[in-house]
Amino acid sequence: MKSLEAFRDKELVQLLIEEIGRIAPPSVNLMEVCGGHTMAIQKAGLPSLLPPGIRLLSGPGCPVCVTSYDFIDQALALIRKEKVTITTYGDLIRVPGSGGNLAEARALGADIRVVYSLLEAIEMARKEPQKEIVFLGIGFETTAPATAAGLDLAVKEKLRNFSVFSAHKVMIPAMDALLEQGSPIHGYICPGHVSAITGSEVYRHLPSRFGACCVISGFEAVDILESILMLVKQYVSHEPVVEIQYRRVVRPEGNLKARELMDKYFELKDDWWRGLGVIPYSGLKIRPEYAAWNAEEKFGMQAVENKEPPGCICGLVLKGVKTPADCPLFANICQPSDPVGACMVSSEGACHAHYLYREDG
Amino acid sequence: MCLSIPARIVSMTDGPLAIVSIGGTEVKASLALLEEAAVGDYVLLHCGFAIGKISEADAMESLRLIRELQQKETGGEGE
Ligand code: SF4
Repeated sequence: MKSLEAFRDKELVQLLIEEIGRIAPPSVNLMEVCGGHTMAIQKAGLPSLLPPGIRLLSGPGCPVCVTSYDFIDQALALIRKEKVTITTYGDLIRVPGSGGNLAEARALGADIRVVYSLLEAIEMARKEPQKEIVFLGIGFETTAPATAAGLDLAVKEKLRNFSVFSAHKVMIPAMDALLEQGSPIHGYICPGHVSAITGSEVYRHLPSRFGACCVISGFEAVDILESILMLVKQYVSHEPVVEIQYRRVVRPEGNLKARELMDKYFELKDDWWRGLGVIPYSGLKIRPEYAAWNAEEKFGMQAVENKEPPGCICGLVLKGVKTPADCPLFANICQPSDPVGACMVSSEGACHAHYLYREDG
Repeated sequence: MCLSIPARIVSMTDGPLAIVSIGGTEVKASLALLEEAAVGDYVLLHCGFAIGKISEADAMESLRLIRELQQKETGGEGE
């Protein structure tokens, strides 16, 4: 599709920056909730192009970053069980738990396999009936439907040696919690691909209840700048609403089929988020009807206490209160090759993105 | 995590699997999350699943609206 390249067009970028500069207020804080946006913003160098009053804060929308020590520790305990093979998306294997990470366990001989798609894990379960294939389900509304589709296959095929350990989360309760906890946010650059699933109605209460401006944004430089322009317009006119900038992908009603599948296999539970604590109804757990495919039930897994890596301020970064550069460990003790906190692991993590594109880098 | 990438549907199979092209490279993808899809459609691929369709018409419309800013500006200066 030719038109997609135009969303990186330098002239359009320049045009939007000038327009933003014309109407920008002296100070406004906008949070990009999604890690994909954080990465795109840093890569395009947008912070240095925008008027100084526009502060972009990185939010809690990097799935790896909000994954708890506890989840990794439980996965490490699980892999010690007989016949268990763990399958996971690549980013997760270097996330530190309190007793090491999955990559180290793999180096010591544990059967941990990185997959690009959950369909590969299903295929392994079909081909290796003697193994127990456990898939680590992480991610928000973008990845949870894929996990639900995988569960659907496993249930229909009666694939008994496949199960999911779910750390899936939903985005909106975290966006509410940030505002309730007093994070200094005037507007949200809302996650584009989460919204492709949820639609735009789910944000409806954010302007009315919290006065927060909301624009659902695409991921190219032109998309993000147009979204910032729309947010700034809302902000200066004191008329916060929900708008869709990413019209080529996001429909107001979202993806109904994906939502149905998610509802069929998951129910909401209270869940813990790094930096934000426990947020009501913010996590997805497998419904009791499908307990046979829920690794937690199947293997009688025990929840352990959530701890944070000492010295890491990821939690405050994800709340928009601090930036990565405020962290004393940033770029010295904590580096992508040897991350202390999860925000330095994934390329979507705020600390990693700042590290890669920092000016003295 | 795996980011979403645009891909074009090249061919369909009987089941929910399709062959899609990502800038010329062909891979298998599941269409299980789409209501309907046809060969030639552009979709967003996320971890091996198409999570939504991309509308070319909406993309063109967005670009047209942004370019209008330019006309407004240059028009304004000329008057
Ligand atoms: S730089 Fe490292 S230690 Fe500091 S907040 Fe980021 S991830 Fe945590």
